[in-house]
Amino acid sequence: MSTTTSTARTTTTPVSRMTSLARAEMTLLGRSKGTLVAALFVPLVLPLSVRSAAEEMDLAEAGLTPGAVVLPAAVGFSLLFAVYSALVGVFVVRREELVLKRLRTGELRDAEILGGSALPSVLTGLVQCLVLTVACAVLLDMSAPSAPHLAVLGLLLGLVMCAALAAVTAAFTRTGESAQVTPMPLMIVSMLGSGMFVPLELLPDRVASVCELLPLTPVVTLVRGGWTGDLSAAEALGALVTAVAWTLLAVFAVRRWFRWEPRH
Amino acid sequence: MEANEHEHVIEVTGLRRVYGGGFEAVRGIDFSVRRGEVFALLGTNGAGKTSTVELLEGLAAPAGGRVRVLGHDPYTDRAAVRPRTGVMLQEGGFPSELTVAETARMWAGCVSGARPEREVLALVGLESKAGVRVKQLSGGQRRRLDLALALLGDPEVLFLDEPTTGLDAEGRRDTWELVSALRDGGTTVLLTTHYLEEAENLADRLAIMHEGRIAATGTPAEVTASEPSRITFELPEGYFVGDLPPLAELGVSEHTVDGRTVRLRTRELQRAATGLLVWARGAGVELRRLDVRSASLEEAFLGIAKDASAGTTATKEYAA
Repeated sequence: MSTTTSTARTTTTPVSRMTSLARAEMTLLGRSKGTLVAALFVPLVLPLSVRSAAEEMDLAEAGLTPGAVVLPAAVGFSLLFAVYSALVGVFVVRREELVLKRLRTGELRDAEILGGSALPSVLTGLVQCLVLTVACAVLLDMSAPSAPHLAVLGLLLGLVMCAALAAVTAAFTRTGESAQVTPMPLMIVSMLGSGMFVPLELLPDRVASVCELLPLTPVVTLVRGGWTGDLSAAEALGALVTAVAWTLLAVFAVRRWFRWEPRH
Repeated sequence: MEANEHEHVIEVTGLRRVYGGGFEAVRGIDFSVRRGEVFALLGTNGAGKTSTVELLEGLAAPAGGRVRVLGHDPYTDRAAVRPRTGVMLQEGGFPSELTVAETARMWAGCVSGARPEREVLALVGLESKAGVRVKQLSGGQRRRLDLALALLGDPEVLFLDEPTTGLDAEGRRDTWELVSALRDGGTTVLLTTHYLEEAENLADRLAIMHEGRIAATGTPAEVTASEPSRITFELPEGYFVGDLPPLAELGVSEHTVDGRTVRLRTRELQRAATGLLVWARGAGVELRRLDVRSASLEEAFLGIAKDASAGTTATKEYAA
């Protein structure tokens, strides 16, 4: 197909520019074996360990089923590995290769550069979450979700928040090697404190109320609540506010601290 | 003569750039570039050329002063400027795992009015490398890929930061021809270089930068003309400098003797050379290793760097 032979001057749009960048970034993702393995397989394997852990817990007392524990955890793993951790690497490596600087000499706006670069990983995370949801529903005999809109909202907020948090982390990461380490704190804190391995319902109240403020907790809460329907309107609203607040905070931090060039 | 021929496409006044650590890389410079002109920023490494060009490209905000490109502030008004400019950075900035064709396709999708990628790759002689990954390209091939991408959108204004660094002699000549052809087509080009020959060959006008300031501006001929010409020869056996005709009468402003080698500097080259040669014929001697030459840009450049280091900070301006 010959698309560029017309003599009329074509004008780019934000969508066309981001699509072009995302397409190249998708090609790069396909060529980065390490990132692919971490992003695609880890989130598929980890939920199994959560399932065996769930069998040891007193879930019935908290009114939970194994599916209501494993599914939100699976979504959390996907967000952390396929989106957050992978994107820290993408942003840092592109900056070190001077790709971000090069892109900024062109028509792309700053937000388009970050958005276009993030799109393939965000899409990977989205598809993965959908696959995991279907797998959990089928394998763990889950009933249909009671409030699917909450689960969908939680997932979408989670995707945007993790991409934004990845850019924040990249701002404080110097090299491609350190990008293997700098995502760790948030990943570990999220796995332990955001209700992924241990539902907050099983934690002491005081600890639980602190954990509710962690960035990934509202996502897990909304996905779980969307399925069980146990979430009151106030709880759902609280979770939404927390997730939106973290996203806005991350966007602010990116605008303030993101570096487009390596340090000299 | 067209009305817009003297329109200033790039205007820089009192421009300053200060880095985070407090280092002042650009210390208040002024210049302007007319439409269709090739303007060279010349200087040694660390003179502030790249720091300046990055401000013109809109990659950073100046610490002081003003930049206008095509009438707009390139930093705050990106959307108005970027579709009309092309930029070649000093260093690549391409993902190493993409092929040349994939890189060009990606960039083409981000450029208004992009030409066919194959066309610009052919322009820089990279069409046979379309399927090769960027990481496998040589340094010179990467420079040419960068040039191709800068040309994708048929820009009105082209910024080239050291376009031929890392190129072999042939690649350098090819790039010069390309830039000349672009100028003939009406493109305004601002380039930086530390190759004097490049500035002399390509630039309609140039500015010599030294320690963040512009030490001299003008056409290459004007900048060169400000420097004295040079005559060098070996004194014949048995002769001394005192045996030469009175040097001041020949228009020689300065002379040095190093062993038997005499170096004269003069602003009246023909008069000095004639006087010297007439004397030699009269004395019946041969001036061995005789070398008579007008000042080159290199001498002007070295002279300016020396002056600037000595604390003479005034800009030498040569009206066009």
